[in-house]
Amino acid sequence: MKKASLLRILGSTVIVFTAWSTMAAAQSIKIGVIEPLTGAFAASGNYVTNGAKIAAEEINAEGGVLGQKLELIIEDNKSNPTEAAAVAEKLLVSDKVPVLMGAWGSSLTLAVMPKLAEYKVPMLVETSAATKITSLGNPYVFRTAPTSVMEADFFKDKIDAFKLKKVDFLVVNNDWGRGTVDDFKKMFKTKGVTVGLVETIDPAAQDISAQLAKMKSSDADTLFVTAAVEQLTLVFKQAAALGFKKPIITTGGSQNPDQLIAQAGATADGTMHLTTFTPWVPEATAFPALTTKYVEAWAKRGYAFPGVTESFRGYDAIRVIAAAIKGAGKAEPEAIRAALWKVNLDGLVGKITFAKLGPKGAESGQSTPEFRVLKIENGKISVVKN
Amino acid sequence: MEELSQHIANAIILGSSYAILGIGLTLIFGIMRVVNFTHGELYALGGYAAYMVSTVLGLNFFLGLPVSILVGALVGAAIEFILLRRIRTSDMDTGMLVMIGAGIIILNSIQLIWGGVAKSVNTPFSDVPVVVGPVSVSSLRLFVLVAALVLIAATYFLINRTKLGKAMRATFQDPDVASLMGVNIGVIYTATFAIGSALAAAAGALLGPVFLVTPSMGNMAALKAFAIVILGGLGSIPGATIGGFILAFSEEMGAGYISSGYRDAMGFLIIIMVLLIKPTGLFARSERVG
Repeated sequence: MKKASLLRILGSTVIVFTAWSTMAAAQSIKIGVIEPLTGAFAASGNYVTNGAKIAAEEINAEGGVLGQKLELIIEDNKSNPTEAAAVAEKLLVSDKVPVLMGAWGSSLTLAVMPKLAEYKVPMLVETSAATKITSLGNPYVFRTAPTSVMEADFFKDKIDAFKLKKVDFLVVNNDWGRGTVDDFKKMFKTKGVTVGLVETIDPAAQDISAQLAKMKSSDADTLFVTAAVEQLTLVFKQAAALGFKKPIITTGGSQNPDQLIAQAGATADGTMHLTTFTPWVPEATAFPALTTKYVEAWAKRGYAFPGVTESFRGYDAIRVIAAAIKGAGKAEPEAIRAALWKVNLDGLVGKITFAKLGPKGAESGQSTPEFRVLKIENGKISVVKN
Repeated sequence: MEELSQHIANAIILGSSYAILGIGLTLIFGIMRVVNFTHGELYALGGYAAYMVSTVLGLNFFLGLPVSILVGALVGAAIEFILLRRIRTSDMDTGMLVMIGAGIIILNSIQLIWGGVAKSVNTPFSDVPVVVGPVSVSSLRLFVLVAALVLIAATYFLINRTKLGKAMRATFQDPDVASLMGVNIGVIYTATFAIGSALAAAAGALLGPVFLVTPSMGNMAALKAFAIVILGGLGSIPGATIGGFILAFSEEMGAGYISSGYRDAMGFLIIIMVLLIKPTGLFARSERVG
C-alpha cells in the first residue's frame, strides 16, 4: 500500500474514532466519583465505588436519566487530601462533570470543598462524618452520611443503657477522629460523663500498642474508638494481646463488622458498633424490601457480602444524584444544586431529604439517617435493641 | 511502672525486626553505595509472600519466613543483575532514580495483583497473650523476637565468619583493591543486594502477621530503615542492630509518654538529631574518601 494512502486511512480512522467517542460521551451524563481506591482507606473506597456502580447500572437499565445514560468517571484520591484536591480539579476542569460524589474520608472531602465553591459544582458527600463539612458554609455540599454531632446525639439517651461514667477516646488523627472527640466531649459534658484519655493514631500507623498500653492502665469504664476498619482490626488484636478488658464502642460508620470478624477473629467479640445500615437484619433497616433487593444485587455481581456495609453509601448517593438531575431537567451544576434541595428519596438508610445546616445564606444540605448499635459476639453480628 | 515494662517489652520485640530491616539496608548502602529505594517494597513483598503461604495456600505458617527470604533474595538479585549492573559506573543520582523507578514498579505490581484491601496473615498462635507479671505479649510477637534474633545472629555469622562475608567486607573497605585481590566484585554486589533484600523481606514476613499486610506497608518501613542506617552508620551491622532497638525504644517511649500521634515521626526526629550532632552515625567506620 502506498505510504500516503496508509497515512490517510490511519488519519481518518483516528478522526472518526475521536468523533464517535465524543458523540458517545455527549450522550451520557457524567458524574464524578472521587474515592480512595488505593492507600490506607482502599478497602472502603472500593466498596463505595462498587455500590455507586450498581446504582448507575440499575438506573441505566431502566432508561437512564432524562433519556441519557449515567456515566461515572471514577478517580482515585489515594487516601491523600492533596491527591483528592488534584483529581477534583481534573474532574471539574478536564471532564467538566456537573456533579460530584465523594471523597470518603473527612480530610479528603474537606480538601475538595474549596474546589466546589470555585467551580460552582455540587458534591454529594456519602461517608465523611466530620461535622464542619456541612457547618462551614459551603452551599455546594450535600451530605447523606451522618455527622459526628448526630452520633453524639444518639448516645445522649443511651448513657444509662451503656453504663457510661468515664470514657477514653482512641481516634485516628484527622478531621474525622478529632471532630468526633470534640462533638462527643460537648455532649458528654452536658450529661455529666467524664472524658479521660484522648489518644490519637496516625492514619497510616499499624502499631497502636503504645496507646493501648496507656488505655489499659486508665480508670475509665469504656473505650470509644473512631477509625477505619483496618485500624480497628489492629486495635482489637493489639488490645487483646495486651490483656485489655474494657468494653469497646466504635463510631464513624466505617467498621465493616464482617471484615472485623474475618481479620480480628475472637478479639472482636464483645465489641459494639454505631452504624446506620444493618444488612444482616433487613427487618431492622428502614426499608426492608429495598435492603433485600440491594443485598441480592450486590451478591449477583460476585462481590463478597462484607462490602455491603459500606457500599450502600455509594448506592444511595448515586440514586440521590440521579433524582436531582431528573428534578433539575438538565445536567447543569446550578440546576442540579437547586434540585438537590427538593430531593425526597427512600434510601437504604431511611428517608433522604436535605435540611439546611450552617451559616445563613450559605447553608449546606444535611440529611439525617437512622442509627443502630451492633454487637459482635462469638463471630456473629446482632442488632442491640434498647 | 507496669506501663513502663509493657512499653519496654514492646520496644524489644519491635526493635529486633527493625534491626533486620536496618541491617539489610546498611549492607546495600554501605557496600554498594546505592540508595536503595526498593527496600520498603521488598519488605512489603515479604509480607505478601507470608500471606500467600499461610492464608492463600494454607500451608504451614512457619514456611512463610523461608519462602519470603527466598523471594526477597531472588527479586533482589534480579534487580541488581538487570538494573544496577548496567549503571554501576554512573553516579549515585542515577542509581537513586533507577531504584525509585523499580520501587514504584514493585509497589504497583503488588497493588495490581493483590488489590488495595488490607490482608491478614493466618497464624497458628492463639490470641490469648502470654502474661508475665505486668507485661502481656502475644505468642506471635515472641516468635517474631526469637526469629529476628536468629536472623541477626545468622547475618553476623555470614558477614564475619564466612569467605563470602570476608569478600563483602573487603569490597566495602575498598572495591578496587578487593578486585585486585581476586574478589569478583560483580558476584559480591549481586550477593549483597540479594542478602539485603532477603532481610527486608524477612522483616516483612515477621511483622506482616503482627499487623496487616497492605501494599503501602513498605513506605513507613523504608523511612525507618533509612533512619536506622543513618543512626547506626553506613555499613555497620552492630550499628544497624543497635540503631533498630534505639528507634523502637524512641517510638514506644515517645508514643507512650510524649504523644501517641507522633509515633512514626520519632524516626525522622532521630535522623535530624543524628545529622546535626554526629552525621556519620554512632558506629561509623572510617571511610575512604574519593
